[in-house]
Amino acid sequence: MSARENILTKLRAAPRSAPPAPDVAAYYAGTPKLTGLAALKHWAALMRAVRTEVLWVRESDWPRTLAEQVAARGIRTLLLAPSTAHGARAAAALAELAEPPLRLGFDQTIDGWKATLFNEVDAAFTRVRAGIALTGSLIAWPDEHEPRTMSLVPPIHFALFDTRTLYPDFFSAMSAENWAAGMPTNALLISGPSKTSDIQQTVAYGAHGPRELVVLAVLPDEIDLAELEADA
Amino acid sequence: MNEATLTYYPSRDFKANARAALADSNLRASFRGAMDFLMGKRAAQFPDAHELAELRKLGEAIRQKSLAKLPELLEQLEAKLTENGVTVHWAETTEEANAIVHGLIAAKGGKLAVKGKSMVSEETELNHYLEARGMTAIESDMGEYIVQLAGEKPSHIIMPAIHKTRADIARLFSEHIPGTPYTEDVDALIQIGRQALRQMYVSADVGISGVNFAIAETGTLCLVENEGNGRMCTTVPDMHIAITGIEKVIEKLSDVVPLYSLLTRSATGQPVTTYFNMISGPRRPGEKDGPREVHLVLLDNGRSQAYSDEQLRKTLQCIRCGACMNHCPVYTRIGGHAYGTVYPGPIGEIISPHMLGLENTVDLPTASSLCGACGEVCPVKIPIPEMLMRLREESVRDPHEKVAHPLRGQGAGVDKEVKLAWRLWTGLYSKPGYYRLFGWAATRLRGLTPRHQLGWTQNHVPMKPAPKTLHELMRERRKETGR
Amino acid sequence: MSQKRPPADVYFFGTCLIDVFQPQAGLDAVTLIEREGVRVHYPDAQSCCGQPAYTSGEVAAARRVARAQLDLFPEAWPIVVPSGSCAGMMKHHWPTLFAGTPDEARAKEVAGRIVEFADFLLNTLDWQPTDLGQPLTLAVHTSCSARREMNTHVNGWALIDRLANVKRVVHEREAECCGFGGVFSVRHPDIAGAMVADKAAALKDSGAAQFVTADCGCMMNINGKLAKDGDTFAGEHLATFLLKRTGGAA
Ligand code: SF4
Repeated sequence: MSARENILTKLRAAPRSAPPAPDVAAYYAGTPKLTGLAALKHWAALMRAVRTEVLWVRESDWPRTLAEQVAARGIRTLLLAPSTAHGARAAAALAELAEPPLRLGFDQTIDGWKATLFNEVDAAFTRVRAGIALTGSLIAWPDEHEPRTMSLVPPIHFALFDTRTLYPDFFSAMSAENWAAGMPTNALLISGPSKTSDIQQTVAYGAHGPRELVVLAVLPDEIDLAELEADA
Repeated sequence: MNEATLTYYPSRDFKANARAALADSNLRASFRGAMDFLMGKRAAQFPDAHELAELRKLGEAIRQKSLAKLPELLEQLEAKLTENGVTVHWAETTEEANAIVHGLIAAKGGKLAVKGKSMVSEETELNHYLEARGMTAIESDMGEYIVQLAGEKPSHIIMPAIHKTRADIARLFSEHIPGTPYTEDVDALIQIGRQALRQMYVSADVGISGVNFAIAETGTLCLVENEGNGRMCTTVPDMHIAITGIEKVIEKLSDVVPLYSLLTRSATGQPVTTYFNMISGPRRPGEKDGPREVHLVLLDNGRSQAYSDEQLRKTLQCIRCGACMNHCPVYTRIGGHAYGTVYPGPIGEIISPHMLGLENTVDLPTASSLCGACGEVCPVKIPIPEMLMRLREESVRDPHEKVAHPLRGQGAGVDKEVKLAWRLWTGLYSKPGYYRLFGWAATRLRGLTPRHQLGWTQNHVPMKPAPKTLHELMRERRKETGR
Repeated sequence: MSQKRPPADVYFFGTCLIDVFQPQAGLDAVTLIEREGVRVHYPDAQSCCGQPAYTSGEVAAARRVARAQLDLFPEAWPIVVPSGSCAGMMKHHWPTLFAGTPDEARAKEVAGRIVEFADFLLNTLDWQPTDLGQPLTLAVHTSCSARREMNTHVNGWALIDRLANVKRVVHEREAECCGFGGVFSVRHPDIAGAMVADKAAALKDSGAAQFVTADCGCMMNINGKLAKDGDTFAGEHLATFLLKRTGGAA
């Protein structure tokens, strides 16, 4: 018999009784939900606590903010997805900088340019799918335009986040979007830049992936910036 | 040559290891400090006792349901993963698991594997296996990397290098990584590690990882981490091999939400880790990165023994958060290496006997004062003290006694003298007449109390009976008061 | 607070360690209870709850010894136990120990009447002492099983806090085990020794003049260690302490 059959046979031979069924939905229905301004504040506070730079922007002006941040960091090579609307807008804004960075697209599979990707790209710009208020997280579903390594390999990750997609918690996000019906090859929660505490419990950022995570958090017009940052 | 007879079980030397660890004041100070730190961080994550209680109940129920349906869920997981393009392999023993991994790498003509954190691959001693066959396996989790450079094993399941000081690591790096100056600056050390490891991701033929949760409903492998090395290993090389225990499967995607929350908050006191990586298949047509091949190796290695008994099955509820070790007064004092097993501390005491047999781990279930701190913090409510007592029972059970599901090494702890002592004790304490006589004699002969009482007098003055037992005092009192 | 009407009669289960090594603690607990107008009955045939065997995996032995206790409490009175871990054994583990045996129902019935001494004094008798002692700083150690199975630490604190002249101080890592654990301290003397050394040091460093505990095993463990080191700092049983403070010095 195969290992598979042996294992399954052993497991099936064991006495089994049905334990009480857990009700995850009922549990989360009963937990308090952060909404509106409170949700945004909580999300930002948690992200900042793990050294994420959260920049509040509007739909009209985020490309300019991105360009400023790129310029301020002296970034020379930046990876983005010109095939997407936001990627094209970003590329255009960057092109107008006095010293525009080299704007690379992820045009070919990783296999041909791993070393370049690791050694020569300073930053990447991607859009994220949604956010989670309770834990201060971003949700990313990498795809052919913005592959997995864009949010992982370059030392700086700029993430464009539409705050209207901020969910109170992970459970709300996956049920509202019905993830169970079909998962992408890779889905991620990202809560800050890469870090480690493996040396004497001392936190150090930039362990393997991004050293910096900069979130351009796009606010709808009705949200007042002053209120958002008040006693934050 | 018979390899099995040559296998060395360091857990057989538990007492000597523990003694050595206790004598090492640096080691004790660093574990004490680290455990205090982790306990504080966890407590800060659960300010609301009611929320914690409810969440633990939910976590327990999810894990128990998953185990109740384990064979069906494993089949569902396999079917879903296969549909998603992931190849599933099954291994009953560590040797089988290693052979599968080696075969997969060899088939691609690969030489270099880069590894994310995987305690199951520690169980199988995969690195050693691959190296013996001409391959190189590099640990990429910072803690694991440090431990590998030192030629050691992890001393904690979450923080593998918790026994190492900054100075130790500075020395290791400067000696082992070419061109590295000696520095004790943590940021600088991490950057050195980063540089060394990032080159490995580029050149590795294969990435190997563990799995925190395997979701049957969607065929998804979940990895929990802060560093991003797990993402690197599962994304950059052309092949990804995940290896995990058969108990890691859960039924629904939504089941992962409370478990993930319990895991990060209990383990390191974080509301969430930096990355929660959900992998549901290899690179699809059109996608530009991700491995072209993904494999999952499901390992038994004694888990089905724990499964065969409904009480011991609870052992498999574990989500490997390490909170039980962080809160264990024994682990805190002796550290992880003394146990001589891959999983140290309370979880190690209850899982290792299934993996290695009671004959090789007989001291482990006894290495607890049953204080209950582990069971109190376990996020999935494993009654660890109850498991310990049950394992003690099996280890002193007559090896020839027929039971429904005998454990490997049943009776390994039987000691004739101790058995005799318990028989005497039972005789005395279950017969009031004998017991009264014994009490009378013990108190009257108190002057003869031995000066050496087994292990007791190593730390204590001898136990000396009082001049009169409570039985006598109460009898006298009854006479006085007439009641 | 769950105050029940005080019963007229209770049973007292002295425990094996108190019986032979610390009988005065048992006697003091009896005195305290009787002083509150409750008749205390001490079944003479009692010995041990079976815990030492139970925690050693000698389940059959534990069952035999525990079974010998089951018939000793025929009336429906509460059974007061002056040791948290033994009370926990009887209350929480006897039902499991006898599960599936003919004694199961009886064991459950008896278990249902077990009440730990501090719990009884506080919550059933609502003990209201007049503290006659000199001002004193006191540390408290609670046995782990008593803490986790019986909530004894809260009851012990509450009783002590009713003494006007006693200042209760918290010692470092108060919730941590003293390293007794029955046979654990004999089987793993190196580890247990490190644990009791830390516990003894923490109690001493708390600034307390002495400590108390409601568990005889812990008390013998910590006192035995302190005495071995030639220390004069020591602890006594909660019952002894409470009685002394309230004029009933034995
Ligand atoms: S036994 Fe419980 S506390 Fe220990 S590692 Fe497993 S889940 Fe965590």
